[in-house]
Amino acid sequence: MYTEKVMDHFSNPRNVGEIENADGVGEVGNASCGDIMKIFLKVENNVIKDVKFKTFGCGAAIATSSMVTEMAIGKTLDEALELSNASVAEALDGLPPAKMHCSNLAADALHEAIKNYREKNK
Amino acid sequence: MKRVYLDNNATTAVRPEVLEAMLPFYREQFGNPSSVHWAGRAVSGAVEKAREQVARMLNCSPAEVVFTASGSEGDNMALKGTVEALKEKGNHIITTAVEHPAVLETCRYLERQGCRVTYLPVDRDGMLDLAELEAAITDRTILISVMWANNETGNLFPIEEIGAIARSHKVRFHTDAVQALGKVPVDVQKANVDLLVISGHKLGAPKGVGAIYIRRGTKMAALIQGGHQERNRRAGTHNVPGIVGLGLACELAGARLEESAARIRGLRNRLEEGIFSRIPEVKLNGHPSQRLPNTLNVSFAYIEGESLLLNFDMKGVAASSGSACTSGSLEPSHVMGAMCVEVTLAHSSTRFSLGPDTTKDEIDYVLEILPPIVQRLREMSPLYNRKEPMSCEECQVIRKVAGTTHE
Repeated sequence: MYTEKVMDHFSNPRNVGEIENADGVGEVGNASCGDIMKIFLKVENNVIKDVKFKTFGCGAAIATSSMVTEMAIGKTLDEALELSNASVAEALDGLPPAKMHCSNLAADALHEAIKNYREKNK
Repeated sequence: MKRVYLDNNATTAVRPEVLEAMLPFYREQFGNPSSVHWAGRAVSGAVEKAREQVARMLNCSPAEVVFTASGSEGDNMALKGTVEALKEKGNHIITTAVEHPAVLETCRYLERQGCRVTYLPVDRDGMLDLAELEAAITDRTILISVMWANNETGNLFPIEEIGAIARSHKVRFHTDAVQALGKVPVDVQKANVDLLVISGHKLGAPKGVGAIYIRRGTKMAALIQGGHQERNRRAGTHNVPGIVGLGLACELAGARLEESAARIRGLRNRLEEGIFSRIPEVKLNGHPSQRLPNTLNVSFAYIEGESLLLNFDMKGVAASSGSACTSGSLEPSHVMGAMCVEVTLAHSSTRFSLGPDTTKDEIDYVLEILPPIVQRLREMSPLYNRKEPMSCEECQVIRKVAGTTHE
């Protein structure tokens, strides 16, 4: 039911963990499917230097979290804000239909973390 | 890779002797048992022999056994057939919040047709309050439907006591015994049931065959119209190989029931004790002792069930979960909800169901691979070792106790 890329990111997730004294932290959840994603950012000169994640959720939730961290590293904050849940799913060669609206929150978590960073650095 | 199948409550492998017994009925004995000629005659005897084997297993008369195509069909027939046959008498059904969807969804359908249904709640161990059950009975009650054993937790309901209550109020009693048959003794006389449903593929017969016990004198409407088969109680040409398989599977399961149950219980307890001694923060879902000997349902705090199952699968272990992600719906298991299991724990609920072929080596293998998988997923979870409260609203909802959204 999952693509090879999803299974790869699920079994070898990239950038798992926390960043101490992170510049931005974002957390989102989806109550109906029970996923919680938390993203930590290290930002220098408006560029994302490091991203880490922690996720409670199914295979798709973990794979999208891992993928979004890979996609975000090295991007400017404005570029990272353009990443969408759909583009994360696409980078994984798609998700099962039931998961598209449920466990596909990773870009939202990233956006929350950027918002949090900007609020702290107003 | 090693393959360990611990999902026997979902389905079982067809026993080799059962398959052997079935094969002639696909080849030379292909006749329709309703035919009068030689080809039909050869086969009708086999159907009647299987009926006797099922009847012996249930302690009833062969004439009280009607073959069906599945457990779901049997449950549909029990409920809809009763409602139609007893519509002059009343329209109230009493059931439980933890039934299989074959009963629950049929009840919801019948509510839309004008029936009134009481869904009895369960306590945190998943057990019923029998005083509450008795108090729910009115003069309009036509049926009590309580499963013999729960498919997710393995909980065994006090069927004999419920049967006695139903009998004393002269209310018909149906039980879905799909998970119980072959694992614990099932005796329709002791249990005072009027309708009892079984399914072949849960006890070593193939998928696509089941049966319903209908106590003599129980007025029922047929669900499937068309032919005179099964004394007009269920139309449709007999699934002869499947029926032969069901009969033999019942005989085999009945012959070594106690011995097999004791062995499986020992292995299940080894798994249960092994998990609780190796892994902290595990919750048992279900009753500690009033449970099928083969079933263990546990939640591992902080991690989600589908992730766990995928990791098991990568190690060759097949189990199942009450997580939303594995059910195809977006809600975690209704059984966990009815037991007021916290939502994150419900999403983590994992069911191991052992079978006659399960070995001690397999259990030890699971106990070896499980702790590192759980630890790895916990390290990945934002709920594990968490000090600060949840910041987002949705996440707080997730952490709340389930059950409030379920009736």
